[in-house]
Formats: sequence, C-alpha cells, structure tokens
Amino acid sequence: MAETINRKLTPAGLPGRRGKISSEKPGNALRVFGRIFTYLGDQKLSMFVIILLLLVNTLATLSGSYLLRPTINKYIIPHDIAGLINMIAVLLALYIMGSVASMIQNRMMITVAQRTIHKIRTDLFCRIQSLPLQFFDSHSHGELMSRFTNDLDNLSDSLNTGITQILSSFLTLTGILFMMLYISPLLTIVTLVIVPFMLWVAGRIINKSKTYFSAQQGALGALDGYVEEMIRGQKVVKVFCYEKNALDDFEVLNKDLRDKATHAQLYSGVMMPVIQNLNTINFALTAAVGGIIAIVKGLDIGGLAAFLQYSRQFGRPVNEISNQYNSLQAALAGAERIFQIMDEIPEKPDEPQAESLQKINGDVEFRQVSFGYSPANPVLKKISVMAKAGQKIAIVGSTGAGKTTIMNLLPRFYDISEGQIFIDGINIVNIKRDDLRKSIAVVFQDTHLFTSTVMENIRYGRLEATDQEVISAAQLSGADSFIKRLPKGYLTILESDGGNLSQGQRQLLNIARATIARPSILILDEATSSIDTRTEIIIQKGIDQLMKNRTSFVIAHRLSTVRNADEIIVLEHGQIIERGNHEFLLQLKGRYYQLYSAQFD
Amino acid sequence: MKSYFPFLSNYRKAIYLAPLLVIVDVICEIVQPELMSKIVDVGVKQKSLPYILHIGMIMLILSLIAIAANVGNVYFSSRTSVGFAAELRKGIFTKIQTFSFSNLDKFGSASLVTRLTNDVNILQDLVMMMLRLLIRAPLMLLFAVFFAIRINAGLAIIIAIAIPLLSLSIYFLLHRGLPYFEKMQAKLDIVTRVIQENLINVRVVKSFVRENYENKQFDLASGDLRAMAVKASGIVVLIMPVMQLVMNISIVAIIWFGGVEIISGHFQVGQLMSFITYITQILMSLMMLAMSIMTFSRAGASSKRILEVLNQQPDILDSDEAILKNRQPQKGKIEFRKVYFKYQEQSPEFVLKDISFTASPGETIAIIGSTGSSKSTLVQLIPRLYEVTGGQILIDGADIREYTLENLRNRVALVLQKNELFSGTIAQNLRWGNPQATQEQIMTAAKIAQAHEFIMSLPEKYESVLGQNGVNVSGGQKQRLCIARSLLKNPLILILDDSTSALDIQTEANVRAALKSNSNPPTMLIIAQRISSIRSADRILLLENGEINGIGTHEELIHGNKIYQEIYHSQQLV
Repeated sequence: MAETINRKLTPAGLPGRRGKISSEKPGNALRVFGRIFTYLGDQKLSMFVIILLLLVNTLATLSGSYLLRPTINKYIIPHDIAGLINMIAVLLALYIMGSVASMIQNRMMITVAQRTIHKIRTDLFCRIQSLPLQFFDSHSHGELMSRFTNDLDNLSDSLNTGITQILSSFLTLTGILFMMLYISPLLTIVTLVIVPFMLWVAGRIINKSKTYFSAQQGALGALDGYVEEMIRGQKVVKVFCYEKNALDDFEVLNKDLRDKATHAQLYSGVMMPVIQNLNTINFALTAAVGGIIAIVKGLDIGGLAAFLQYSRQFGRPVNEISNQYNSLQAALAGAERIFQIMDEIPEKPDEPQAESLQKINGDVEFRQVSFGYSPANPVLKKISVMAKAGQKIAIVGSTGAGKTTIMNLLPRFYDISEGQIFIDGINIVNIKRDDLRKSIAVVFQDTHLFTSTVMENIRYGRLEATDQEVISAAQLSGADSFIKRLPKGYLTILESDGGNLSQGQRQLLNIARATIARPSILILDEATSSIDTRTEIIIQKGIDQLMKNRTSFVIAHRLSTVRNADEIIVLEHGQIIERGNHEFLLQLKGRYYQLYSAQFD
Repeated sequence: MKSYFPFLSNYRKAIYLAPLLVIVDVICEIVQPELMSKIVDVGVKQKSLPYILHIGMIMLILSLIAIAANVGNVYFSSRTSVGFAAELRKGIFTKIQTFSFSNLDKFGSASLVTRLTNDVNILQDLVMMMLRLLIRAPLMLLFAVFFAIRINAGLAIIIAIAIPLLSLSIYFLLHRGLPYFEKMQAKLDIVTRVIQENLINVRVVKSFVRENYENKQFDLASGDLRAMAVKASGIVVLIMPVMQLVMNISIVAIIWFGGVEIISGHFQVGQLMSFITYITQILMSLMMLAMSIMTFSRAGASSKRILEVLNQQPDILDSDEAILKNRQPQKGKIEFRKVYFKYQEQSPEFVLKDISFTASPGETIAIIGSTGSSKSTLVQLIPRLYEVTGGQILIDGADIREYTLENLRNRVALVLQKNELFSGTIAQNLRWGNPQATQEQIMTAAKIAQAHEFIMSLPEKYESVLGQNGVNVSGGQKQRLCIARSLLKNPLILILDDSTSALDIQTEANVRAALKSNSNPPTMLIIAQRISSIRSADRILLLENGEINGIGTHEELIHGNKIYQEIYHSQQLV
C-alpha cells in the first residue's frame, strides 16, 4: 500500500512547506518577472521613487561608515573638539536621512506590492470564472486553491520585502567593495581572497539544500496526502478495523519524511552561520593584515577603522542575497503556475453573428447529437429529442447512461462534437451564451448554497428581484413555511454551504432560486433523489408550480416522478433505446417496463 | 510544555549538546572585537608585527572553532526538531486512530488534518528556533554588555538608554501592528471562502450567468484584504528602519563621547571600534530575541490545537474483561433492548428513544423513515461506532461491550452512507475487507455487489487505479465497490446504510438477490428510501423521530401503519 501511495502522490498542488525552496525551477525566470512587472501598471513611478529612496539609504549607511576615517584622523587624533561636533552633526543628519528614506521606501513598497497582488488575484479569479467546465473536471479544488494561497503568498512575500532587499544588498555589496578599494587596494585584495571561497561554500550549500529540499517536499507531499485521505476516511478505517495498517503505512511515510527533512533542515540551517563565521575569519584576517599594512605601508588608523567596519558588514548582504534568492525562486515558480492558469483558454467567445435572445418560446430540439468528454470515449451517440414549448420530457436509464451529460449540453457547459441543438429553431451556437444560459434554469442534484442570507441565496436567480418577489418565489416553491421558522427568517445567514439546513430544505431553496430566475426552460437533474418520498411530495408541489408553462427536462430514478411526462426517453449506453409516453412504454414491455416493474413489483 | 517531553525523549543528548555548542560559538565570537582592538591599540601603536600575527592567529583559531560549533549546533537542532516533529505526528496520528465517531465529529476531519500537518510544522520550527536562537540571543546580549562595560563603563550608559529605547519601539510597533494581522486573517478567510464557494458552485454560477457579479464580489473582498495587508505590513516593516536608526544614533553617540574621551586621553581608538561592534551586536541580539518571542507566542495557538487532540480521551475502549475473554460473535443474532441515544450528554433530547427489536441470524430487516429520523444513528450503534446512552445491544446474547472492538467490527460489516474509497487499485481497495483475500474471493464479492462487470470493462480491470476517494468512478459504481469491500469481510451481520441509492432499481434488485442466494446469508439491516428496495425484507422497521413507529412485513404495515401508507402512496403517485 505504502509503495503505491509513494508512487502515486506527487507534491504538485499540495501545499508546500511555505515554499522555502521550491523544487521547480522557474522555466523562464525573466519572462515571468517581466509579466509580474506589467502588473505594476501605473505604479512604475512609485517603483522609481522606491529605488531612489533605496539608493539614498544605502549611500547614507555606506558614507556614514566611511566618515569614521576623517573623524578619527582629522578630529579625534588631532584633538579637534569643534571639528568633531561638526562631524557628529553630519553623521546624525546622514543616518536620520537614511532611516527616514528606508521607512518611506518600505511603506511604499508594501502599497505597491499589495496593489499588484490584488490585481493578480482578481485577474486569476476572473480568468478561472471564464474557463469552461472541462477545466474544472481536470483540476482539483485543492490544486486551484493552492494557486491562491501558497503561490500568491510566496509572491506577496517576495514583492513586499524580498525584491527590495536583494536590490539593496547588491547596492551595499558594490558600495562596500568600492569604498574598500578606495581606502586600501592592497588590503582589499587580501579581503577578497576569501570571497571566492565564501561564494563557493555558499553555492555548494545552496545546491545541496535544494536537492534535499525537493526530496523533503516530495516526502511531505506524500505524507500530507496520505494523512488527508486517511483522516477524511477515518470512519471507514474504524469500520474495517484498519487502524494498525494505517499506522504502519503512516510510519513508513513519516520516517521517510524525517530522514529527508533532517538533511534539508541541516543544509538550509547551516548556511547563515557558516557565512557569518567565514566573515569573522575574514574580519580576523583583515584586522591582522590591516595592522601589518598600517605599520609597514603607513595606512592611517581612521582608514583601518573604516575598513574593518566595512569588512564586518560584508557578510550580511551576502547572507541576505542567498536567503532571498531561494524565496524569490519559489515566488517565481509560483507566479509561473499562476500565469499558466491565466493562459488557459476561456470558453469560446460568442460567434459574431450570435443572436441576442430576450424572450424565448422554449421549443428545444436535439438533432443527431454525439458527445464525449474525451474524443476516444463517446458518451452520447446520435441523440435526437424534440420538445415543444411547455412540454415535459423525462429522461430515465441506468447509472452512467449519459442522462446528466445530455442536460449539460443544452446550456453549453460542454460543446457538442457532432449534430446540432436548436432552441426556437436557432442553433444554440448562434445564441449569445449569456442569453442562452439566462433562459435555462437548472436544479442540480447536489445543492450548494452561498454564505449569505436566505434572501440573497434565492435572489441569486435574478439579482434585480425585489424582496417581495423573493418571498413570493419561496411561497410558490413551498420553501416559505420553513424559512419563516428559521431564527431570523429570510435574513438568517446560511453558513458553510447551508450546513444548518436539511437536505430537503436546501433543495427547496434551490427550487425557489430557479423559480425567481423565470426561465423558459427548466432542467431538474435528480433534484429530489436524496429526499425521502414524503418530503418529496411537498417539494413536488413546488416543482409542479415551477414547471407550469415551461419546457422542462426531468432526470429521475424514481419513476413515479416521471409518469406524467409528455415524452419519456430511455437512455442506455448513450443511446435512446425506447421513447414514448408512460402507457406506451409499459405496453412495449421493454426496458422501461422492466425498470418500472422492479420498482412497484 | 511538559506534554511534549515524551516526543523529545529520543533526543536528550542533542538537547543538551545544541545549547552547549551555542555557548562555545558565542564565546568565540564575542572576544573577536576585543582582540581586534588589541591589534590597533597595542600592535599598530607599538609597531609590533609578531604581536599582530599572534593575535591574528588566535582570532583565526577562534573563528574555526566557532564554525565547528555552529555546524554541530545546526546538526543537533535539525535532528532534534525534525525528529520531534516526526514523533509528534506519530503520536497524534496514533491518537486519532483510537478516536470514536463522536471524537471525530467533535474535531472534524479538515481540522484534524491541519493539526497534523501545519501545526506540527510550526512546532518543529519552534523547537529549531529554541535550540538555535533562544539561547544564543540573550547570551550574546549578556556577553556583549559585559565586554562593553569592561571596556568603558561610562560609555555603557549609552547602551542602558539604547536597549529600552529599542525594546519600547519594537513593542509599540508590534502592539500596533499585530491586531491588524488578526483583522487581515479574517479578511483572508473571506477571500478564501469566496474562492472555495465559487469552485464548488461553478455550475450554479455559470448557469445563472453570474460570472461578472461574482468577479465584482471578489474584487471587493480582495480589495478589503489588500487594504488590511497594507495596514498590517506597513507597520511591521518599520521595525527594521527603526532598529537601524536607534543603532546608528547610538554609534554616533559613542563616537562623540568616545571621541571626547580619547581626546582627554582615557580611551583608545581600537577600543572605540570594538565598542561600536559590541553595541551593534547587542541591538541585533535584542531584535532576534523580540522576533523569537513573537514566533513563540504565535506557536501557542498551534500548540493548543495539538494538545486538544492529544488530551482527548477516546470515549469507546475495550474493557479488560472483553480483552481477557476474547469472545467472538458466532451466529449473528442482534437484539436491541430499550436503547436510548443522544450525541452529547448535555443535549436535552434523545436522538433514539426506547428502541427494542430482535433480528435472528440470516434475517433481513429493513429500516425506513423520513430524513432525520435517526436511521443511520441506529445502525452505527451496532459496531459501537457510537456508544448507547441507555439500554443494551446484544449480539448472540452478549452485550456488544463484552466483545473487543476488533472482534466485533470484524464480523459486523457496515457500508456507510457517506463512504470513502482510497487512492490505490480497485483490488487494493477491496482488500480492506480482508488483506489475505485471494483474487477469486475478490471476484466473487465483486460479482455479488454487481461490480464485476464494470470492473472488467475498465482497461486495467481489478488493477485500475482509483483517484483520491474514487473520483474516477461514478456514484453508483462507488457504492457497489463499497459493498464488495464489506462483503470480503465475510460478515455475520451486514448493514447497508442507504448504500444503493445511486443504483438503478434493476441493479439494486440484482444486488439484493445475489446477497440472498448465499448458502449462509448474513443477518442484514438495510436502510433505504424506496419501498421497492425494502418490501421483500423479512420485516420492516419504521422509524419516526427516533422512535419505532411500526414493525412488521410490508403487508402488515401497508394495512396497519398510517405513515407507511403515506410513504407507499407518495411513491406511487406523482
């Protein structure tokens, strides 16, 4: 069991460990970066100011350190108190200026970063809204959520502080190097002898930790996946006394993660102190050689002091860059995944000649329609159905016969591969998609509601409906009586998908929502299957009201609900095998008769 | 805190060694500036090359020792923190395995997963931080203060001002900023909820053409989040510049007062330089300490959530007597004797009231009743998934509490209404019922459950891989797999809790017939909505509001029970 789990579960889409080091390399970092840059939009000026302020702060810090040299050489050693006071004033002014610049810069960057993130987030959301249902069939919710949470978080962190920190570290490093060269080229060379070594060590550690981190990510993904699955299925585990097996499998994954994580943590943790210590060695070397140069070559004491100051500061930007480099990579990888979704192709735009339909009659015709979710697997084969305005068409058949699929085609949730569908004689591909969908209401089997009041949930069917209209729709569909008994009536807030309501009550709200939409065509997809039949009678009255004068399609298991349909279509393996009204089909003594007698026998 | 000691017990040595190495490292580092000042004040002043080389060597050696100490510390702290996390995860997972259904209901699976993953990770980071920083920062601070005072007690007054100044600024900024973080979290939750609801409701949104409306709603929520994030982070990002300011002003003050002292001859240039280094180290350590404390307080919430799980008493356990006797159910006779049940002790009303009935071995009893009449609850009491509040359930004449859970549940197969399949092949899933099952046994079970035919139509047949929770099979196929899985247990008692609702009537009838054709059929309890599914049962038990409203055959109830008549008619008429 554990092996298959290991093999099957990939870390993709699973929440990363705050994505410290991502296993993925951003395919084309520059391109992704450029795309993020376009999101700055009109904030490019702010960005310019931010870089300017960054420069001010870096220069202030660097020159502050340098001023130690004249302070010691010109004023302290020659005992010039007045000059010292001047120097102190200059230093104070410099430092305050630097800090103020840094404060403003930091705040501005947060504003810019959050605006950018907001833009990307809404763009991503809008794009997802526009994608066809096939996309949702092939992407799990968890995967899509992690684009919004993990990936966007990483990006947000990097934009908030990461990028400016890298920039300022580079500036500082260049500045220090420049100042060192200025003070003593010879001592600089001594100092720099160790730098390639430092970079080499840093490179080695980063490489190692990258490998181990991706191993850790993999192990973590496997464990998280296993845990999630087992905990969700914990009740089944109990029923099958599977606890010991579950624990054994868990331990295999847990140990694996422990071993890999130890390495990952070791290498990522060792980076900072090692660089710091190497810097201390550098400092020791510089102090000793600096002292010698001061004696032999006559380097001034102030210069040595300033130089040592710089050499102490050397380690921090190196550390900073290596740290931020990792997070930046993770952020870019996340951004790339976000952009991948943004590049998905949305639902086909309306044809240019598409008609705008205000009011339709409700004649529906399926003509020789074939369809499959993938070309290799046809689900429906040459289906033809004719419904006159106001008629009720029922579709029955075994599980998996393609009943729901037919009804997914009418509102163009999926586009058909062969044949045509007409509404009022117009091919539906020539109707504006929004108008088409607005004229059809679907009552789904799974009733999902939104976190909002009962009123708003019903109004979802037609946003401009007045409160009075909402209430009459609820009355019509038979939901009014239970809504009134809720603690706050229509203003009761439904939470977590209407969890505080019974299945039947949720279904009634669903029907009320469809009622208020005033559709010309109604589709009921197993709308009452999970309700007991006595409750169903109540709901059925609502449904009957709703179906009056509307073309309706009903999919049901319970044949009692389909008996009075104008036409009943029996579907088997994607093909219509029988059709006709109830009496006719019973006389036929075919599949429908079989189904029917199994029910009432 | 103490509750976590057992999870650290394997790492005792490392827990002592890691801080010890920190101390070595700190000592090696803290004397560096002092030595450096000697090079300037003694070596350069006296122009003594050997002295400079000598001190330089010492500095170098100390640095090398520091590197070794540091690497050692990281090694021990990584090993400890990661090992601790692994032990803790195991502890929590093991604990969860002992939970009863009501324990599980209390936490909810999503929350348990978070505790087992995120919260553990947070504590892992915390242990790591404790072993690396929590000792280092205060130690560094103390040593640096000590050395600074040793160099010049007068100048140390600057330190005495800088430390509280910086502490107060950090405190003030965090105090202002952190509440915004909480508010930001609330806004983030809203954004997450909107996304989630839109993903669940994608068909609803599309069919009502509400894309633009939802986009606008999301834009508002996201905009709120943005505003709060700017407020929260906007304050916290000031910490670094403020710290920089305090540090730099202190340095200027040291140059001024130190400079004056050098001029008056009491102080040396090298000492001034090392003093500056010390104050830098002091304030840095203070920062580190503040950050550690913040992490610490944040981890508190995670720790609380984990302890809740660890301290939860599983409310259904084997009694010593049951373990000792190791009794096995033999025939499959079920008897309910005046059973009462409620989910929580404090709830005023019983969910099941005064339930008494008997099912003989091999008998089929159907349970029917409207949604919310506690049918599922009733059957879940039999394998002790919940414990009865009053009365008794007996199997083969013995109270179910006299069997061990394992013996009981091995012979009682319950196909849950909300069932789960697991990622793996179909055969692996079916083997849950019996890990030793032969291919033949698996196929027989699948045939009875009417699953064989569709399994054989899959490209990989029994070796077809199911996605998480069987996403790649239809609802009806899933139900049939779940039935087959239960049949492999070779149960004495088989309970089907609305487990055929997604099957069409013909298939359902086939499943029933196959179950009955067994030479030694199990005692069956069947919950169903459709009269057609239950009318052939030996007896039908009608539940209404948690009470038995009627019991008898279809014929008896159709004539004598009003509610049953209503149900029957509701299924006959439109």
